[in-house]
Amino acid sequence: MIEKEVVIIGGGPSGLSAAVEAAKRGTEVLVVDENLRAGGQLFKQIHKFFGSSAHRAGIRGIDIAIELLKEAEKYGVEVWLNSVAIGIFKEKKAAIKKTLADNSEKLEIIQAKKIVIATGASENAVSFKGWTLPGVMGAGAAQTMINVNRVLPGKRILMIGSGNVGLIVTYQLLQAGAEVVGVIEAAPQIGGYGVHAAKIRRAGVPIYTSHTIQEAIGKKSVEKAVICKVNDKWQPIRGTEKILYVDAITIAAGLKPLIELAMMHDCKCSFLPQLGGWVPIHDKNMESTNPGIYLVGDVTGVEEANTALEEGRLAGTAIAEALKYISFEDARKIKKEIWQRLNELRMGPFGEARMLAKNNILTSCKI
Amino acid sequence: MRVDDHIILGKDERKKMVEIKVDGKSIQAKKGEMIVAALMANGIRINRYTVKKKEPRGIFCGVGQCTDCVMVVNGKPNVRTCITPVEDGMIIETQYGVGKSNG
Repeated sequence: MIEKEVVIIGGGPSGLSAAVEAAKRGTEVLVVDENLRAGGQLFKQIHKFFGSSAHRAGIRGIDIAIELLKEAEKYGVEVWLNSVAIGIFKEKKAAIKKTLADNSEKLEIIQAKKIVIATGASENAVSFKGWTLPGVMGAGAAQTMINVNRVLPGKRILMIGSGNVGLIVTYQLLQAGAEVVGVIEAAPQIGGYGVHAAKIRRAGVPIYTSHTIQEAIGKKSVEKAVICKVNDKWQPIRGTEKILYVDAITIAAGLKPLIELAMMHDCKCSFLPQLGGWVPIHDKNMESTNPGIYLVGDVTGVEEANTALEEGRLAGTAIAEALKYISFEDARKIKKEIWQRLNELRMGPFGEARMLAKNNILTSCKI
Repeated sequence: MRVDDHIILGKDERKKMVEIKVDGKSIQAKKGEMIVAALMANGIRINRYTVKKKEPRGIFCGVGQCTDCVMVVNGKPNVRTCITPVEDGMIIETQYGVGKSNG
């Protein structure tokens, strides 16, 4: 059995920032990631981030990933790639299926003092007739294809969902050279920021609100989509069907936290639809209801990369404090600043619902 | 359908190519790219057929979670092609059901 002070499961924005924050105070940190490189979904985010300069606004996600990886290296964070956490057990033991240099696999049990769960979230699917045809995929999958793998998932694409993911990925599909024939949205209004919607509308992409998809048609893969209007009870209105000739349909219907590891360890959860469904709850240090197990990023509520980064810093600081690498006073000061930035990120019409849900988490954690 | 030139990412600098075999046919892939990317660039969209209804499936999540894109790679079934990089001489077969390459 290997011993480590801190094991972080997931090397996306929240996991890496927790690692950097803890390691730069002197803590021994191991990050485990199932992918061939760490950085999570930041590598497909080629757009500039929102917020103030304190939140690295104006910097592209992909550049934030490169910066984080550099910092992690600088502070001596150990990273195991292509390695999967298959379980967390009592007394803070983590079971990791590690891939060795010769591609063989080995099961390692790690005894940690603190464990951080930073597993992120997965895309929601929408089921409709024909939704299993090749060519129907998550909007995030399409984004990975164009921005990371640099291949087009289709030439003529229909986007389902007008939240920020749907709008941003639509724009990025255009940047990659695809045609997006439209964005459909079941709600009567656009879900994401007006600035993103305006950008794709200026580029000529129509946004159909109060519309849903009825069917994807094709022999071996998508050839066309049937969309129609919905009434105020979300029911399709007969006679309003429209056929769109597309070879791909991308679904941006939100994300769901990947809470399996937290559940396995009996972390208490709350159901909060504003944050993506069931989420394990935490206190102001991002510590779960199981002492020594921390939760950061989308696993404890789907938000944005910049909130994930701040939550990671919070946990990293709290861990360094708990392991006596920084004083109570210093930690208090740092955490206060982070909370201030987090609260700023959760302001405005879009952030408010998340802020309320997050406050709900903090309150229910005290009971 | 590759994205060779991109307004933000610039030109694709990955020049080295390898050869892989897909259902017996040789195709060119960029060294180190994911199997599914090489297939998509060559217009191949079906990775497998389902067990009972024999329906075609292609990628869905693109990040190794959903297993819709699994294929038989070098004789090994259920390989997630969206997170497995190509290697020179790799033999890739459409997967039928849960593990056989020919249904």
